This record gives sequence, C-alpha cells and structure tokens, in this order.
Amino acid sequence: MIEVRNVTKRYGEKAVVDNVSLTVRKGEITSLIGPNGAGKSTLLSMMSRLLKRDDGEITVDGQEVLAVKSDELAKKLAILRQENHISVRLTVRDLVSFGRFPYSRGRLTREDWKHVDRAIAYMELEPYTQRFLDQLSGGQRQRAYVAMTLCQDTDYILLDEPLNNLDMKHSVQIMGVLRRLVEELDKTIVLVLHDINFASCYSDRIIALKDGKLVRAGLTDEIIRTDTLAEIYDLTIPIEEIRGNRIGIYFR
Amino acid sequence: MLSAILLLCVLSVISLFLGVRTVTLTGLLTGEGDQMMVFLVSRVPRLIAVLAAGTGMSVAGLIMQQLARNKFVTPSTAGTLQSAGLGILVALLVFASATVLQKMLVAFAFALAGAFIFMLILDSIKYKDVILVPLVGIMFGGVISSITIFIAYRYDMIQSLNAWMVGDFSGVLRGRYEMLYVAVPAIAAAYFYADRFTLAGMGETFAVNLGLKYKQIVNIGLGLVALITAAVVLTVGSIPFLGLIVPNVVSLFLGDNMRRALPYTALLGGIFVLGGDIVGRLIIYPYEIPISMIVGVVGSGLFIFLLLRGERYVTS
Repeated sequence: MIEVRNVTKRYGEKAVVDNVSLTVRKGEITSLIGPNGAGKSTLLSMMSRLLKRDDGEITVDGQEVLAVKSDELAKKLAILRQENHISVRLTVRDLVSFGRFPYSRGRLTREDWKHVDRAIAYMELEPYTQRFLDQLSGGQRQRAYVAMTLCQDTDYILLDEPLNNLDMKHSVQIMGVLRRLVEELDKTIVLVLHDINFASCYSDRIIALKDGKLVRAGLTDEIIRTDTLAEIYDLTIPIEEIRGNRIGIYFR
Repeated sequence: MLSAILLLCVLSVISLFLGVRTVTLTGLLTGEGDQMMVFLVSRVPRLIAVLAAGTGMSVAGLIMQQLARNKFVTPSTAGTLQSAGLGILVALLVFASATVLQKMLVAFAFALAGAFIFMLILDSIKYKDVILVPLVGIMFGGVISSITIFIAYRYDMIQSLNAWMVGDFSGVLRGRYEMLYVAVPAIAAAYFYADRFTLAGMGETFAVNLGLKYKQIVNIGLGLVALITAAVVLTVGSIPFLGLIVPNVVSLFLGDNMRRALPYTALLGGIFVLGGDIVGRLIIYPYEIPISMIVGVVGSGLFIFLLLRGERYVTS
C-alpha cells in the first residue's frame, strides 16, 4: 500500500500539489487522471522519492519513502517518468539489463538474464535487442524503457504516461501486460494516463487531480461518469457502455 | 581486441628501439656500451609514460562524457586540464622549490575544483544544447588559462609555463615520470565503477530509480578524472583532443556501455598516442615534434568530422 498524507509541493508561491492525501491499494491498477498541470506527474515523482516535497508524508508498505535506503527502495518500487532522454548509446538489451542493477550491482546472474529476456519478450522487442536506442523509433524506445522498468521486478510500478509515442496496437499490448502483472503476479501499478478510455478499460481505481488538488477518488465506474468527468475536465463527455466497457465519447 | 593488443605490442617494440642512440636487442643482451642504460633510463620510461598518458586521458574523457552527458566534454574542453595547469603554477609560486608530490597534490586539488565548477555551471544551464555545453567548457577553460598566463607573466614564468603545458614526451626520463603510475589504479577504479558511471550517464532520474547514489558516483568520477589529468599535465603536459576522439570513435562502434567500451577506449588511446609519438619522432629525425602537435592536428580534423557527421549520432 502506498499512502500519501497531506502532501504539498510548491514552486515559489504556487502549490502545484496542494495538500493531497490518497491511498494506493495493493494488487490493483490505479490511474491518475486530470487536465494538464493538475500535478499528476509531480505527485508520482514525489511518491518515488525523485522529487522532494514541501510538506506531508508518503509511505510505501508503512515506510517513509525518503527514510528507506534508496537501493532498498529500488527493489520495491520502480518509476518511469514521462520525459526520458538518454544520451548514452546503449543497446536495448543493455538498457533492459540495467533494470537488474538493484539486485546484481552490475554482475548479472543467469536468473537476472531470465528477467531481462522475459521483459524483452513482454514488450515484443526481440528483433531489436542489439539495436542502439538512437536507432529506434519513438515507440520502440518507449517500449524499451517500459521493459527496463518491468525488469526491475518491483512490487510497485509507477508509470508516467507509458502510452506516450505508442501506436494503438502497442498501447493495448502494454496495458494488457500491466493487467496481467496485476492478476498473475499481484503487482501494484500506478499510472498517469491522459486517455480516460484506457483508464476506464484497465484500471481498478481512478484518482482525479485538478489544479494540484484531489477532486475525486474511487472505483473506475464511480469516476467514469458524465457528471464526475465534467467536474474534472470542465467538459461534457457522454458515456456509452460498449461491450461491458464504459467509453467516453469526447471527440466532438 | 586481439589484433589491437598485437598492434600495441608491435608499436611498443618499435618505440623501445627508436631513437638517436642505437639500441639493439643483441646490444642489450651483450651489454654493449651504454645501451642498457639508455634503454632503462629513457626508452622504457618513455614507453610507459606514453601508454599511461594515452590510456589515462582517453579513459578520463570517457568518464567525463558519461557524467556530463555530452559527447564533447573532456578534461581539455571543460577546463579541468587548464585548472591542473594553474595548480602547478600556484604550487611553484607557493613552495619555492616544490617537490613532485607537492605539485601533484596542488594540481589535483585545482583540477578537482575545476571539474566541480564546470559541473555546477552545467547544472545551472537551462538549455543543455549539445554544442553549447562544450562551448561553455571551452570558455571556462579559457578563463582559467588566462588567469594562469596572467600570473605567470607577473612572475616571469611564461616560458616554463609553456614548457609544461605543451604535451611532450621527450623530457620523460627515469625519476621524472613516475607520478603517471597513478593512472593505473585510476583506470582500474574506473572499470570497477563502469556500470555505475553508465547508469549516471543515463541521468539522475534513471540512476536514482535504480537505487544509485548519484551524487556520490559523480564525485568519484570527477575525482578520478582530476587525478589522471593532474598526473598527465604534471609529467607530460596537455594532449589536446585525446579524451575526445578516442571515446567517441569507440562509442560509434560499440556504444557507451562502459563495461564494454572502457577496455577498448584504453587500448585505442594507447595505440593512438604511441603511434603519434613514433610519427613525431620520425618526421624531422633526429629532432622531435611534440605529441600535442601531432595529436592536435589529427584530433582537430577528427573533431570537425565528428561535429559534421555526428549530429544524429550525438544528439540521439
């Protein structure tokens, strides 16, 4: 369980995350949604100790994230941020293998390599394992980053807009893999998503932020409703139930 | 890898038997004349100095490029080398007759400070353009060397300043180069930390996510760079472009996973400098062209080549 209590982050006078409290339950996919500038990414960065907060507490399994040793936390929680610019020329396989660093410290065992190969297979990157990152398309690179994050084999996986740059097929594929990780391996996943329909189809719970404040948190069906979404996005979004999924028609 | 090692061996043998005084294998074995003395006092130290400086500066460049996350950053384009030079000058002024160790320590302290200041400047630049970063480094180095020249001018030391700042192996004799041995443990340490440096090169976010003590690794890396740079400047002088070309050529073919790239970088650095040294000793035989000039000419050409063709490769 990740617990966020009264967390605030300010840049100058402006609070980009303002006194937010929430709980992420184990063994579920929780999606963070909200308009641009709602503080979703900032919150995710603070949850993963990448960013210092000005106020409040964040605990993972009861331990304050800033108090746990960083190399121990790396075995428990993995984060992939939205903007990833790696200037280092690495092959896909090398990059993914660095996901094992918290365990191997650079000396990978056969067990570690199994994790590497599995993560590569999950993301269908087998044809590109020896390619350098700069020789990949944006989508392939994004999948390589996700593979690296999965390779870290942590209980908690935090992904900031993992569907960035991805075509439909690979978006669906990544979401499917994440769902399977939750069902089969009891992982806990927190996502920042922009597409409410992906959030609707794959998450157990949705937390909505707006202007740095938490506006709604609940089961997916409680959030994907025209009135709730209007409150979050200032936009009237008709919801249709199609094949058991609640789909927002927001295109026109 | 094997052919590269072989090439290095051949060049080493050539280097050992090349010089104004004839030294032959039979001469060494029969103890003819002073051949053994020339061999041990001049030839062997020179070979060791060339290899230590070549591998050392290449590896230092590689580390620096990873930590600064820029392909064009090296001790000579980031002010580290110039800071070490300023350190030597200060050591000479403060201690009337500075010992080698005193000069080394002061040069190391200055090189370290220079490297940290450059990283601080880098931190405060918002727009980290591929070309802008090394330009800032070159400017920073320019400021440091003008301070150095100003002080040297005031104390009438311009000439001796030039004498050490120009990279030249001709002055390497037994008793005057041993400080270069520090390059050996420094390179070993760089290999030990290779994975961590690669991770640091992926940026703070990735590094921290994987549990790396990012700041600590950057500090260790800069320490190694400063140590190698100070030792090389003190004993040989500055060899421009070396730390730039060698790691970049290796990176083009093998990528930047330092565990894999470092042995090749070290090897190629040794070959490059040794080859340049031999050429420099032959062109106007029996006189010598300093290594910094040979490497400078070849290096600036390659630098321009990398800048032009490398846009895609560098910005990736």
